[in-house]
Amino acid sequence: MAVASVDLPVSPAPAVKSPGFWSGVVRRLCRDPVALVALGLIVAIVLIAIFAPYIAPNDPSRGSMVRRLRPIGTAGYPLGTDDLGRDMLSRLIYGARLSLIMGVVPVPIAFLIGSTIGIIAGYAGGVVNTLIMRTVDVFYAFPSVLLAVALSGALGSGLTNALVSLTVVFIPQIARVAESVTTQVRKLDYVDAARASGAPALTIIRVHILGNVLGPIFVFATSLISVSMILASGLSFLGLGVRPPDAEWGLMLNTLRTAIYNSPFVAALPGVMIFITSICFNLFSDGLRSAMDVKS
Amino acid sequence: MISVVEQPSSDLAVGERGGPAQPLISVRGLVKHFPVKGTGFLKPKKVVRAVDGVDFDILKGETLGVVGESGCGKSTTARLLMQLMSANEGDILFDGEKVGGALPLADYRRQVQMVFQDSYASLNPRLTIEETIAFAPKVHGVPAQTAMARAHDLLHRVGLEPSRFAGRYPHELSGGQRQRVNIARALALEPRLVILDEAVSALDKSVEAQVLNLLLDLKRDFGLTYLFISHDLNVVRFMCERVMVMYLGKVAEIGSRYAIFEETRHPYSSALLASMPKMDPSERTLEPPLSGDPPNPIDPPPGCRFHTRCAFAEPVCSEKTPGLATVSAAHSAACLMSVPGSGHSRAPVMAEA
Repeated sequence: MAVASVDLPVSPAPAVKSPGFWSGVVRRLCRDPVALVALGLIVAIVLIAIFAPYIAPNDPSRGSMVRRLRPIGTAGYPLGTDDLGRDMLSRLIYGARLSLIMGVVPVPIAFLIGSTIGIIAGYAGGVVNTLIMRTVDVFYAFPSVLLAVALSGALGSGLTNALVSLTVVFIPQIARVAESVTTQVRKLDYVDAARASGAPALTIIRVHILGNVLGPIFVFATSLISVSMILASGLSFLGLGVRPPDAEWGLMLNTLRTAIYNSPFVAALPGVMIFITSICFNLFSDGLRSAMDVKS
Repeated sequence: MISVVEQPSSDLAVGERGGPAQPLISVRGLVKHFPVKGTGFLKPKKVVRAVDGVDFDILKGETLGVVGESGCGKSTTARLLMQLMSANEGDILFDGEKVGGALPLADYRRQVQMVFQDSYASLNPRLTIEETIAFAPKVHGVPAQTAMARAHDLLHRVGLEPSRFAGRYPHELSGGQRQRVNIARALALEPRLVILDEAVSALDKSVEAQVLNLLLDLKRDFGLTYLFISHDLNVVRFMCERVMVMYLGKVAEIGSRYAIFEETRHPYSSALLASMPKMDPSERTLEPPLSGDPPNPIDPPPGCRFHTRCAFAEPVCSEKTPGLATVSAAHSAACLMSVPGSGHSRAPVMAEA
């Protein structure tokens, strides 16, 4: 062992110690006001969802035939009431729980599985790549809504099955992005240099590939959170996900669409919540990606 | 009384077993063909003959220069030597031991390292340069602290003060500094052979001179052997003891620096040398020494591959493929004009037996 036996003079501790990667990410993130505001809103929405029973002024499922479709600003009902006379504010607060679960849970699971598949395919290349990616393409060829509905229908209705089907819908999309980014990075000279040093494939992927591909995949995955919320609402509408009278933003948007001419502002509220939540996730992921870029 | 005979030479380090006269690398009949995509269905598959039967030796402690125009197979040869791609045919012997046979690939990897042309693409943008240099030793089981100390030592050796540069990222360095980091990275495994694939071509002239001097110093101090690929003939002349000229995937001529630069026997080498810019304006070449592009390596011309552009071509050149003919002890050329009795009018007369 020529390498291990050579003893070099152990130089004294370096004067400038390079800070760790993650502390640099946090430092750069703190200089990005947009990402911080987005993160603050996400935290606020999560807190609202957790403490919904303490915040909501009314029972979200107690309706009344008398006070249906009250406009925004009605005394006692600051955001009006829906078509069954239920308090919109309370329903939006409670709806945050299921919406966050439906929107957020499938994405990280699909991110893990999809990027694993894509990175393996991209790094292996050749026949392995073709086999994996053509299989993924079969799933990708189905329109997302159709695939989600078909899977939910096959699995049966219920929250868990809806989450599973949404995850399966997102895996091929993330895998394709992961594969294309990995294929690009794999061709670079520093990966060749690592291979030439005799490093095993897993070490090369961990040290040289992951850090350079996770950013783009991550940003794509966070953009799927809003898609996931909308798809989940579609499933709920078909009776395959959340069922009435449970409050969920997508489901509320669907049921209130009949009231769009009578009280458009109330009907739009769940959509506004989906919009705010998804744009916060997008902005935060964008900020995180630039913070993870050491060049910034 | 039977005494146990010890296994001979097995405890010697890799690269020391063959003795000083054994070439460090012997390449025999190396062939690499790349299949071409897009050839028609049911048609025979076409291949690019990037490296088509190459033989050469790299002697211990020398610098072998490889020159030739773009697409002649220089970089493919380097990548084959690095085992970054596998050859279709041919063997690489390292110090007399067959790579992948008697010598395991893992042991070979530690002995041969490479410096790439693109100094930026060859550094991971997410790692600090000390992490980049320490990566390979860590892979080979050197403790993290020792590997880091070695990285700092190497940074010092290539002229980058560790206290200032160790924690920096590649984008914070200039091209010359990055190439120094690449050299330090290649040396981190203490290899015997370093392949320099156009390692200084992307640097400006003043930085290039510094890096070349650094390479010479490192070679002396670490006892290195270089394979120096370049298109700059002046640099090759400065750096290399022996030079190999490649043309269309084959060796056209190989010999000592003096033999190639002063007594070249292959018309392609002379054309290549004539293309060097002259310092003296009165010696300016007004006509291009060669015209046209090299032929397509998918369908190389039959016989001598250079006959389509050669001023001395005769009908025999498109029929016979010249092998490497020994011109002198340190000089071989693959030209029918150097092969006795080849049928070419300028060939030397066959010696009477």
